[in-house]
Amino acid sequence: MRYLAARSAREAAEALSAETGVTRILAGGTDVLVQLKSGIVEPDLIVDIKRIPGIAEIVPEAGGFRIGAAVPNAVLGEHAGVVALWPGVVEGANLIGSTQVQGRCTMAGNLCNGSPAGDAVPGLVAANAIARLEGPTGTRECPVAEIPAGPGRTTLKKGEVITSILLPARPERAGDAYLRFIPRTEMDIAVASAAVSLELGTDGTVAAARVVLGAVAPTVVVVESAGAALIGSRLDDAVLARLAAACEAACNPIDDKRGTVAFRTRTAGVLARRAALIAYARAGGSK
Amino acid sequence: MKSIPVSTTINGDPCEFLCAPDETLLDALRGRLGLTGAKEGCGTGDCGACSVTLNGRLVCSCLVLGAEAEGAEIATIEGMADGDELHPLQRHFIDHAALQCGICTPGILVAAKALLEKDPNPTDEDVRYWLAGNLCRCTGYDKIIRAVQAAAAEMRGA
Repeated sequence: MRYLAARSAREAAEALSAETGVTRILAGGTDVLVQLKSGIVEPDLIVDIKRIPGIAEIVPEAGGFRIGAAVPNAVLGEHAGVVALWPGVVEGANLIGSTQVQGRCTMAGNLCNGSPAGDAVPGLVAANAIARLEGPTGTRECPVAEIPAGPGRTTLKKGEVITSILLPARPERAGDAYLRFIPRTEMDIAVASAAVSLELGTDGTVAAARVVLGAVAPTVVVVESAGAALIGSRLDDAVLARLAAACEAACNPIDDKRGTVAFRTRTAGVLARRAALIAYARAGGSK
Repeated sequence: MKSIPVSTTINGDPCEFLCAPDETLLDALRGRLGLTGAKEGCGTGDCGACSVTLNGRLVCSCLVLGAEAEGAEIATIEGMADGDELHPLQRHFIDHAALQCGICTPGILVAAKALLEKDPNPTDEDVRYWLAGNLCRCTGYDKIIRAVQAAAAEMRGA
């Protein structure tokens, strides 16, 4: 195995595309080193992206924030501006692992690991976040929603590396929230999860809504019909029931020791309801 | 595999070592530098026995490559006492019998010190969440929480 600490995104992309063997991109390493240890993967080349100038920075951009691909989630959680603008994204990112893992793990890494249960991903998708990728043919932008392709798989092409994620600007009356279910309070993987991002109109009703579920399908799921159910409402009980039903209908989960199909499906709807209420309150809505 | 030269600062002292590209910081600390305070419990970031700080940030050294430590400042349990004088956390862990077999203790001490530097006056719940990634199979955690709180009180001058 070779280790390369790339000094530019270009150098990283070129090294990754030139390597004919197995490659891994190293940001926080909290998934990659576990894969190495367990022998799941034996890379020929590891490209450490943390030495790329600016890649560990959070920079305000057009009313939102550009989050470098190597920003540890602990650092994200200490950034008052991001927490104020996208609290749901940050609370998802901060649920991953322990204090020690938070000191290293990144949102871009969580996204590229390709787990449908990644806690950072539903919030990013609900936020309409945009990833910036450096690849062999140059730079391109890609909605975060289009990156997961299935368990452990992404749509990234050979040689491509995410260098940052843009959390866009949002109107003043907007809020988001993320909830997951695990059988204990810490250090576990979501059995089901839900992220909701809302914008309110001048009359206090929901003007725009995006509902995203995690851990209930091969990738995170954007539930368009669940978002549509909230439009024009103040989240009364009948609306929330339609939201939950739409979420349940969108579930296609696995059945395993951590949760049955029925449990994951039901839980996803419940979490979406609760996350919607939190997002609504954060947006300044009142019932 | 070609060895990689790494130049770091460990517990305030400049330190250089060679490591393999796939060698963890934990293995480099223990195997090459004789710093055996950090323990390998799981090797996959679940147990926290290998906790150290890397540029002031609490991490599992089993989830860091040795090569990544180039230019970094590392603090380990070996740097916690001031010569023969134990750190208040170390003293209170002994006084409260907050350990039995001792495998988890270095990691918990390093993690608790990082917490108290960030928050000198945590609640019990804060301590429990902060230490959620440090597993102890002996104590049941209660004595650990009490020892951390006693050390925090002493360090605040309370």
